[in-house]
Amino acid sequence: MARFIVRRIINVIPVAFIVLLVTFSLIHIAPGNPAYAILGEQASPAAVKLLDQQMGLNQPLGLQFVEYLRHVVEGNLGYSLLDHQSVASLIVSRLPVTFELAVLAVILSLLIALPAGILAAYRPNTWIDSVSRVLALVGAAVPNFWLALLLVYIFAVSLHWFPSLGWIPLSQGVASNLWHVILPVVVLALPLVAITSRVLRGELMEVMRLMYIQVARSKGVREWGVVMRHGLRNALIPVVTVVGLQVGGLLGGVVITESIFSLPGMGQLVVDAIFNRDYPVLQGSVLFMALVVLAANLLVDLCYAWIDPRIRYN
Amino acid sequence: MAVFVPEPILEEGLVQPVSSKKRAWRRFTRNHLAVGGLILIGLFILMALAAPLIAPYAPDTTHFGQAFHPPSSAHWLGTDELGRDLLSRIIYGARGSLLSAVLIVALGLVVGVPVGLVSGYYGGWMDEVVMRVVDAGLAFPGLVLAMAMAWILGPSLMHAVIAIGIVTIPQFARVTRGQVLEVKNREYVEASRCLGASSLRVMFRHILINAATPIIVVATLNIGSALLSVASLSFLGLGPPPPAPNWGGMLQSGAEYLTMAPWISIFPGAAIFLAVLGFNTFGDGIRDVFDPNHR
Repeated sequence: MARFIVRRIINVIPVAFIVLLVTFSLIHIAPGNPAYAILGEQASPAAVKLLDQQMGLNQPLGLQFVEYLRHVVEGNLGYSLLDHQSVASLIVSRLPVTFELAVLAVILSLLIALPAGILAAYRPNTWIDSVSRVLALVGAAVPNFWLALLLVYIFAVSLHWFPSLGWIPLSQGVASNLWHVILPVVVLALPLVAITSRVLRGELMEVMRLMYIQVARSKGVREWGVVMRHGLRNALIPVVTVVGLQVGGLLGGVVITESIFSLPGMGQLVVDAIFNRDYPVLQGSVLFMALVVLAANLLVDLCYAWIDPRIRYN
Repeated sequence: MAVFVPEPILEEGLVQPVSSKKRAWRRFTRNHLAVGGLILIGLFILMALAAPLIAPYAPDTTHFGQAFHPPSSAHWLGTDELGRDLLSRIIYGARGSLLSAVLIVALGLVVGVPVGLVSGYYGGWMDEVVMRVVDAGLAFPGLVLAMAMAWILGPSLMHAVIAIGIVTIPQFARVTRGQVLEVKNREYVEASRCLGASSLRVMFRHILINAATPIIVVATLNIGSALLSVASLSFLGLGPPPPAPNWGGMLQSGAEYLTMAPWISIFPGAAIFLAVLGFNTFGDGIRDVFDPNHR
């Protein structure tokens, strides 16, 4: 296991290097001087010159990249052009909101997807399976910003059950915090429900055909026990992987959801950075999100190898 | 591949040979959801092509006196904040949305497939390098990277297409490489090499043709997600600038008036949802045809 972990971590290093290369190059895809892309076409030459100096954009590209690498390794993601706050501290201050949304979305999605997937596999081609399939189709096709607006219109504007926007920190009361995040969490959870329930259904149906399931049945284990104890346990392994691989999609969803519900998280930080033309914040946030996805993928691989020893030896 | 049926049976007319295409079509038509998806796609394409003929009003004509009219017999889906007919704007908006989604997938295919093909075929250090680049590409949350690129390039439909297209390239490269690895050691590929075929010919004529099915399935399913991504960028103000009708942008401008005129956001969102649903169910259907074990 130790060898597998070391090998997998070594594999991540070149990928992380390329991720850094991409985030560094982002601003250079714009034609002409990058300072104009940041400040806008109408920027004065004086402002452009100042930004060139401030961000080192007048240095040779290679040198700029080496400097960028050095800063990132030191934990310095640059400074906001708006208020000169450190990007790293901005990200850290926004992280709890996004983290809470993501965790609650995953929990809610599992609470719906596990029973839906199990029942659909247990009774394939029945109305339960059809309902689960329709839920999955809708979840995969519905635009999250549209769903967010529909939920706001129905549950906040018309029924007044939930607030339409805003954020109450957990420290000021768990109940009021949950009250504010319930609609955004539903929006984030639905695509996860779609994927997880269908993958679980497929895996469980495969597992239920295997020999050890027949053995368990012939030993007189009750059908529900066979499904839950023998089937589900093995079918869940690929589901863990699928959930882990959704982190990137979840972060994309967070951007939209936080901006609609005015939640002060990472997503809102990205959207604000774009509208305020605050490039260092945008660049730092994109890099941070990519590194989070890499870390999540690594964690999933390690969990997978821990659960299923065959992976370590292949 | 034709089914072998002994001659005498055929002559007696007891069994008719069924071509694989016919069998695939039969399997597809048995899947009602997939057929529904195909019909939906057909309707949207028809709507985009015949927009000037079927749209009741010009999409950009403003009538300030008719702003915020709810759905009525004069304006089936109501009017927006500038008094423009929503139905006409949704019909015209189908053009940009469908075209951009297809272009995004085309960009992903044109770059991603050759990269995956060469990487999988030659293997070795080149494959290692390409796969690390693909891993890095897949590490970025697609929408966030596309947002950053679209902002840097400037808001326009073409820039949104380029930004999202670049983000989809790694997916196609990975799927193609996986297929190439499965196919490249088969006997017919060996035979072609022994007969002196060039690497280029082996790759494109023998490997790619036989690895194409999963790539087509992924491409179809990707049109749906490309549609969603374009709409998301437009919703965030990074799509085509107004007054060009596009579904995501219409939804965004309607969001401001959600309490007084919910139809301005509800109907464009429904159009995006139905179009994505169409491509997803159609994609699922053709995957089931080519890979029945997937179900």
